[in-house]
Amino acid sequence: MDTSYEMVIGLEVHAELKTETKIFCDCPTTFGAAPNTQCCPVCTGLPGSLPVLNQQVVAYAVKAGLALNCEIAGFSKQDRKNYFYPDLPKAYQISQYDLPLCSRGHLDIQTKSGAKRIGITRIHIEEDAGKLIHDSVQGTLLDCNRCGVPLIEIVSEPDIRSAAEAVAYLQKLRSVLLYTGVSDCKMQEGSLRCDVNLSVRPQGQSALGKRAELKNLNSFSFIQKAINYEFCRQVSLLQAGEPVVQETRRFDEKDGKTHSMRRKENANDYRYFPDPDLVPIRVDETWLRQLAAEIPTLPDARRARYQRDFGLTPSDAEQLTADRQVADYFEQAAQLTAYPKLLCNLVLSQILRLLGDGEDSTIPIAPAHLATLCDLLGQKKIGSSTARQLLPRLWKKDGDPVAIIAGEDLWQLTDPAQLVPYVEQVLSADARSVGDYKRGKSSALQALVGRTMKAPGGRGDPAVIAALLRERLAQ
Amino acid sequence: MKQITAHTAAELLAAMEKRELSARQITAAYLEQIEKTDRHIGAYLTVTAKEALAAADAADTARRQGRAGSLCGLPVAVKDNICTAGVRTTCASKMLADFTPPYSATAFKKLQAAGAVRLGKTNMDEFAMGSTTENSHFHPTKNPVDPTRVPGGSSGGSAAAVASRQAPLALGSDTGGSIRQPAAYCGVVGLKPTYGAVSRYGLVAFASSLDQIGPLANTVEDVALLYDAICGHDPRDATSAPRDYTSTRTALWQDISGLKIALPREYFGPGLSAPVKQGILAAARRFEQLGAEIVETTLPSLDSALPAYYVISSAEASSNLARFDGVKYGFRAAGFTSRDEIYLKSRSQGFGAEVKRRILLGSFVLSAGYFDAYYKKAQQVRTLVVQDFARILDTCDMVLSPVAPTTAYKLGEKQGDPMQMYLGDVYTVPVNIAGLPAVSLPCGRDEQGLPVGMQLIGRHFGEAQILRAAHHFAQSYREERA
Repeated sequence: MDTSYEMVIGLEVHAELKTETKIFCDCPTTFGAAPNTQCCPVCTGLPGSLPVLNQQVVAYAVKAGLALNCEIAGFSKQDRKNYFYPDLPKAYQISQYDLPLCSRGHLDIQTKSGAKRIGITRIHIEEDAGKLIHDSVQGTLLDCNRCGVPLIEIVSEPDIRSAAEAVAYLQKLRSVLLYTGVSDCKMQEGSLRCDVNLSVRPQGQSALGKRAELKNLNSFSFIQKAINYEFCRQVSLLQAGEPVVQETRRFDEKDGKTHSMRRKENANDYRYFPDPDLVPIRVDETWLRQLAAEIPTLPDARRARYQRDFGLTPSDAEQLTADRQVADYFEQAAQLTAYPKLLCNLVLSQILRLLGDGEDSTIPIAPAHLATLCDLLGQKKIGSSTARQLLPRLWKKDGDPVAIIAGEDLWQLTDPAQLVPYVEQVLSADARSVGDYKRGKSSALQALVGRTMKAPGGRGDPAVIAALLRERLAQ
Repeated sequence: MKQITAHTAAELLAAMEKRELSARQITAAYLEQIEKTDRHIGAYLTVTAKEALAAADAADTARRQGRAGSLCGLPVAVKDNICTAGVRTTCASKMLADFTPPYSATAFKKLQAAGAVRLGKTNMDEFAMGSTTENSHFHPTKNPVDPTRVPGGSSGGSAAAVASRQAPLALGSDTGGSIRQPAAYCGVVGLKPTYGAVSRYGLVAFASSLDQIGPLANTVEDVALLYDAICGHDPRDATSAPRDYTSTRTALWQDISGLKIALPREYFGPGLSAPVKQGILAAARRFEQLGAEIVETTLPSLDSALPAYYVISSAEASSNLARFDGVKYGFRAAGFTSRDEIYLKSRSQGFGAEVKRRILLGSFVLSAGYFDAYYKKAQQVRTLVVQDFARILDTCDMVLSPVAPTTAYKLGEKQGDPMQMYLGDVYTVPVNIAGLPAVSLPCGRDEQGLPVGMQLIGRHFGEAQILRAAHHFAQSYREERA
């Protein structure tokens, strides 16, 4: 990547609020229902129907705003954004224009070079549109189930400078919204969607370049790819002396490129104006205090505590606190072990992998059992490979690790007398590594240690084995 | 004995209570009158005779069983921009000529709950835009007083139905005078309620911040009767006011002496025709005789209210009518090759000239670069109008004014001259801009025998007071003519 240019990125994130009912009517918001079974005259915009704001939407949006350090407007209003599209039954979207519910917030992320603060310009509430289904036989069909599903749009300041920062911001944002309980943030189901505004400029220049808005980014990896592709595209344009055009570009996951959708000159004039069907939104101090009290301890506060109490690194603590269920689990287990750092390593390296990418973060191993395992590991009563082997077993069928270890005699072998035969066996079998080591290739020792550990079923203490090997090879 | 259709709604109700008449007899009489008369008037777009007779029978049963609601067995005509489940609701537009809503407006549901019998749906200017009912896609309505003249609009069908005894009661809607002006032209009574007093849920929106559904009838008492049945808070309308709605009908007979009635001099400017001016001044004298006090005052914002009204109402209309795009329901033009062409052709062919004029005007005043100069300015004027009325109504109980500058004019006379048509709304639109209630009722006739209307503008939710004043006036006026 060309380092004489820098990218300037601002993100617009749409998160679906997990209210039971839609923003302006009583229809349910359940995902995956048969087309057009969750709609009524209001959300389908039939003539004469009127919207009435669901107060839970305001409550959730305010909570998101508080969790993202925003100022909450005591008085805000809803506006109509007018444009024609078949998925928009009223031909206008009810959104917020100049008086959003939340503004001037921020979110702290961990980057390679340390902590970084990303500004949040505003958060406003709006309704989702329907879904067009293109059918080769029946033509284009419209599913109105999603019409009127409540969304918050979270707009960041153009503070982001790399794809990694963008992803870190999104992961942190997702984490905060999940903690706060206002959204499911499922990218696959579209309950978390992101548009990227990206421009480039020569390093050191303060004026912003012309930006492109990137759409159709359905996963963190697509976001990363799209950003890197778009950066290179814009830089090569500038280097070739060609202008960057302000436009909307669609990311194509097949070719990994962005393609022009519409230019600025074709942009809509949305003719925003206050929706006369709705009354202003008022959030008074009492309600605000009540909503603030409902917000749990957020990842940043936990991260700081983990660094302080357990001596974890900022990056480990950030990863550990990203998922509220995982962090809750960690805290329960940490109470029960004398080795919280080992616990952290096990959770980050093993437990997270066992959890996979699924939405459910329930860990089927009792915290006490994992704590016991950490203690045994810390006291060198078992080796780390034994712990690694045990975890998937406990995941499938939880039980007391001590019983399993005792029953199958998985205790770590630390007595040199017991280990010497294995050392001899490996040395005689692996003449090549021995030769390598003697020629000064120190990595050969690691290979020998590994093989020796494996010989008694992974139970050998690597430190003792390494010492024995060194001693023996020096002879 | 008087013909059934010559009675007031209150008289019919009393006759049913005394079992002198049945709902079926009454409904049948009105259906017969429609059959006989409406081909000359054109008040109705749809007559639901079969359902009406069934509803009348149900009303008779309910009355026998002691379950009679406040309008039990009374026939009502409903303006065709008020949604009625299962019965087409066209807004007198080609766009919705075949549109049958799956749900009913709250105001209509309340009528049904009170036992009213729907006779049919009445003609109007397309999407309530116009002052003559000539902008109907289907046919113009004629003024029953003189069929060569317009009945006014946009609720011309409702006013004509009531005036020609084709319905004792009717629902209209009023965005800038659409109940009061046709009431004045046809010589009947019409009430534009306070904004928020009657639910707008199910009223096909023209200008959401101005629209109100209201009653039309031949007497003030009948208007009160119908208003009492439709007013009230509706959780489906965020602009509906949660408050106690007390009966206006029972308060009609209370004394009006000591009432202070304001007469702003701006209403008597050069546009006002002599017969209307004389009618209003005579009405003021009559009020004085009835014990009220007439207070001359000023309403400086009157002239700027009209342009502000056309900016605000057109802006809202341009957005409200955008949903009629040929995609989901309503008219879709044939022969399109792209998505944009569906919009373009369906809207070009589905809307009439006046509707298109307002959509263009509204889109213009909301567009980037013009918003501040038009829409924002108009909202500032709106504040001034509100303040002007608040000042007057702080010391006076109500405002007396003309409804329209002239009496009903000839069919076709102002078609093709929209500016002339718009100027006719100058006295009625400030009431909508300020969200106030106003009742329109006859106060005289010109030399051709055409009705002259006046309006009484009250405080917010002051319906009972203006209806009481109107009732006393009408009683006194009728006695004198009798």
